[in-house]
Amino acid sequence: MMRILVSLICGTIFGAGLYISGMIDPQKVLGFLDIWAITNGGWDPSLALVMAGGLLVAMPIIQFAKNRREPVCGGEMALPTNHKITRKLILGGLMFGTGWGLVGYCPGPAISALAFGQIDTVIFVVAMLVGMMVCKFSRLA
Amino acid sequence: MENFTPVSALIGGGLIGLASGMYLLLNGRIAGISGIIGGLFGRNGTGSAIFERLAFIIGLIAGPLVLMTTTSISVSSVVTSPMPVIVIGGLLVGFGTTLGSGCTSGHGICGLSRLSMRSLVATLSFMAAGFITVLFTRHLIGGL
Repeated sequence: MMRILVSLICGTIFGAGLYISGMIDPQKVLGFLDIWAITNGGWDPSLALVMAGGLLVAMPIIQFAKNRREPVCGGEMALPTNHKITRKLILGGLMFGTGWGLVGYCPGPAISALAFGQIDTVIFVVAMLVGMMVCKFSRLA
Repeated sequence: MENFTPVSALIGGGLIGLASGMYLLLNGRIAGISGIIGGLFGRNGTGSAIFERLAFIIGLIAGPLVLMTTTSISVSSVVTSPMPVIVIGGLLVGFGTTLGSGCTSGHGICGLSRLSMRSLVATLSFMAAGFITVLFTRHLIGGL
């Protein structure tokens, strides 16, 4: 029960962060990905500061947490054990980045933006879920 | 740089980092959104883990809802892409994050915080593809 409550609270804080930072808006994200706009002063570096702010807070907590034998709420530390750089990793990253650049949504903001109740967001999320299932059930990942 | 919002970006980023750190410290799990969603219909998504995942996802939607209704912070979420592009984009994001085992949160925030080389390579891959895609759509073919 405690773990479910922690999940709800962490999700809520995460969603609030996406909202406050503006990353819930695809136009804000595309404004960052549009590096060519540096040449005319229209580039929006905000996303870089979101990453910086995120790493600044997450890194010390995660560095402290990752060596613990078990998490505070019990259970086990579910840390990734795969350390190999594979073609799947890079190809997956490239495909994800392409979709991200086409619309401006990555998974977190797309889910959070459902709060706006817009049909375009819903369609993106459904397509994203289908993409995930296709990859899973084709046993590629 | 008229759209640059450094203060809200840092505060929002800090909250994202806080949630990611807390999730690992308290629950022992990586706050990777694509992984949390993917695990809902995965072969190994079992038992109470399903409810933890659902709770996180409900929180992701509840966070903005709470701020929308209780504060004067006004943010929108504007999708300008035409429908076929939205669908293709969604499919690519879903397929790609599953194949590459993570997205901006799992690789970008959590992975880099763990100093994972795998996550660094993934982050550079999706960033590069994002830059090139926008360069192509906005400047080479003049918008979608």
